[in-house]
Amino acid sequence: MTNLLDIQNLTIRFKGKRTVHAINDVSLSMKQGETLALLGESGSGKSVTLKALLGLLPPKRTDIAGSIHVNGTDVLSLSGKALQRYRGGEVSMVFQEPALALDPVYTVGHQIAETVMRHKGLSKEDALSTALDMLDRVRIPSANRRLNNYPHELSGGMRQRVMIALALACRPKLLLADEPTTALDATVQIQILLLLRELQKEFGMGVIFVTHDIGVAVEISERVAVMYAGQIVEEGTTREIIRDGRHPYTRGLLAANLHDVARGERLNAIAGSPPALEAKPDACSFAPRCPRALSACREALPPMITPSERRRVGCLRADETLAAE
Amino acid sequence: MSATDYAPKPDTGGPAQPLLIVKDLQKHFPVRGGLFGRTQAKVQAVDGVSFEVKKGETLGIVGESGCGKSTTAKLLIGLTEKDRGEIIFDGLSLGQRLPLKDLRKGVQMVFQDSYATLNPRLTILDSVAFGTKVQGLKDPNGLARKMMDRVGLNPNRFAHRYPHELSGGQRQRVNIARALAMSPRLVVLDEAVSALDKSVEAQVLNLLNDLRAEFGLTYIFISHDLNVVRYISDRILVMYLGEVVEVAPVDSIWKSQAHPYTRSLFSAMPSMDPDNRTQEPPLAGDPPNPINPPSGCRFHTRCRFASDVCKSDAPRLDGLAQNAAHMVVCHLYDAASGHPRAGQGIPA
Repeated sequence: MTNLLDIQNLTIRFKGKRTVHAINDVSLSMKQGETLALLGESGSGKSVTLKALLGLLPPKRTDIAGSIHVNGTDVLSLSGKALQRYRGGEVSMVFQEPALALDPVYTVGHQIAETVMRHKGLSKEDALSTALDMLDRVRIPSANRRLNNYPHELSGGMRQRVMIALALACRPKLLLADEPTTALDATVQIQILLLLRELQKEFGMGVIFVTHDIGVAVEISERVAVMYAGQIVEEGTTREIIRDGRHPYTRGLLAANLHDVARGERLNAIAGSPPALEAKPDACSFAPRCPRALSACREALPPMITPSERRRVGCLRADETLAAE
Repeated sequence: MSATDYAPKPDTGGPAQPLLIVKDLQKHFPVRGGLFGRTQAKVQAVDGVSFEVKKGETLGIVGESGCGKSTTAKLLIGLTEKDRGEIIFDGLSLGQRLPLKDLRKGVQMVFQDSYATLNPRLTILDSVAFGTKVQGLKDPNGLARKMMDRVGLNPNRFAHRYPHELSGGQRQRVNIARALAMSPRLVVLDEAVSALDKSVEAQVLNLLNDLRAEFGLTYIFISHDLNVVRYISDRILVMYLGEVVEVAPVDSIWKSQAHPYTRSLFSAMPSMDPDNRTQEPPLAGDPPNPINPPSGCRFHTRCRFASDVCKSDAPRLDGLAQNAAHMVVCHLYDAASGHPRAGQGIPA
């Protein structure tokens, strides 16, 4: 069985007045039906990775090198009709702001039906009944009535459910979720996370969930890849990352979550701020902020250490025992 | 920055008198529409909110969007005019013995969006010195430079830069410096760290803790992130749809939440344990619209324990029997309320 997703040496540059090295040599693979969280702060390249996966980056201003394969399809070579079939059919996306992603002048039923008609070639009637079924599956109460609502008539949580129904209507193999719960209230966020978890099991699809919140990643995903400055600095199962995060950046993020810090105790904050990504990295990007950096860290790219299968850490000192600190 | 540069107005009432007393604060925003722009409805943003902040303590305010926490903050420093209620700062009532300009010497605010709250055409130095100039204090620029230095921005490097040349964390430090340049005694922090990345958030929280100790500050810390609020606060106030539902010392509320809404809010926190993930969402649906909020107890439409009395009568704020400092607004704790489980509280 082929991997659901294979990204090899992906490198993305944005050209313009100044060049931004957004993604630097990222490789990533996912098996069928896996849930992966891409964890990182703003500017770390998580959203750019998702956009590249859907072919959404503006071709004129973007240089992409490397390869992306989804179910064996070479995504970067797709164009025209093939790209249209791929987007929304094979892979679809849930955005952070459903109010901006949904079309305000069409009812939600119409928007879901349109997608189904286009991808599956169903009649309008059949497409609408699929839309109704999808609204039911995302647990929207009195779905029949909601079919004829416009996005502005729905609350934020409802809108995000519609967005999920829309994304899943064509049964994609891979769902991309770009911070879908960040704009929601805490009590609604957990509802959406649990819904996504159930739907993932039900549909058996792969999910890439982009988030900056390590707590959200724990709730949703089996695996976590931590991104920093356009690179993956650590990858492993959620358990491994939470219990035994090896990269100093991962451990800084865990500490900054404040989950089990005593009240008022001084926080172990990561000093400084992320790099500007103006040059191709030729040393560890995290070294300027790293409390454990050696001179070797500033001279060459760190090695990728693989303590076990499908586990990797991009840190020169990852093998040292934690107690020796 | 030395302690002598920091010259807040001297204390008047002694340590026993709360620094801030808020009584029955109310703000309803009109919703206008129709041909003549008549008021069609009212958003009951803040409705009868009362609380106290003791000298030197940090009060955390939590709640979901639309619960009125930011409106409360704006009312406190007179950025929005209140409809009703009283704000008493260090014994003086705002609008009576305390003019607004004097209140703002004592109370300053830091907002969530660090970019929108700085004038893009002013240098950092001018922004930080602006308030002290308006208040007519001497040597505003010198004070501003000292304050910048204190929040970790080297004045020689940053004084003449503009807001867009700074990172989010640096801009939030500017906002903190600007607030502290006035030597306030109370600082209202409205989601002040929410827009920052986690690693930067930790730096700013450390800074806030240091400043509090150094200048003897009192904070009102508004946030939707319970972990952050627990970390920095002494007491937590929970709001729902414009009303206070629970006020309690941090340790007490962290151990056991009395109000059903607070309980749900705490259960909605991600578990941080891959082997013990959340299985059931604690609440269904979204918070109701603050236009036409539910009658009686505003939470009754989403509450598992709601009975008839909750729909008709609004409960009142009262201390728990076992701990009077832990106050809750719920019929379940009032033996005389007529609720079937009156006086029993919610089951553990």
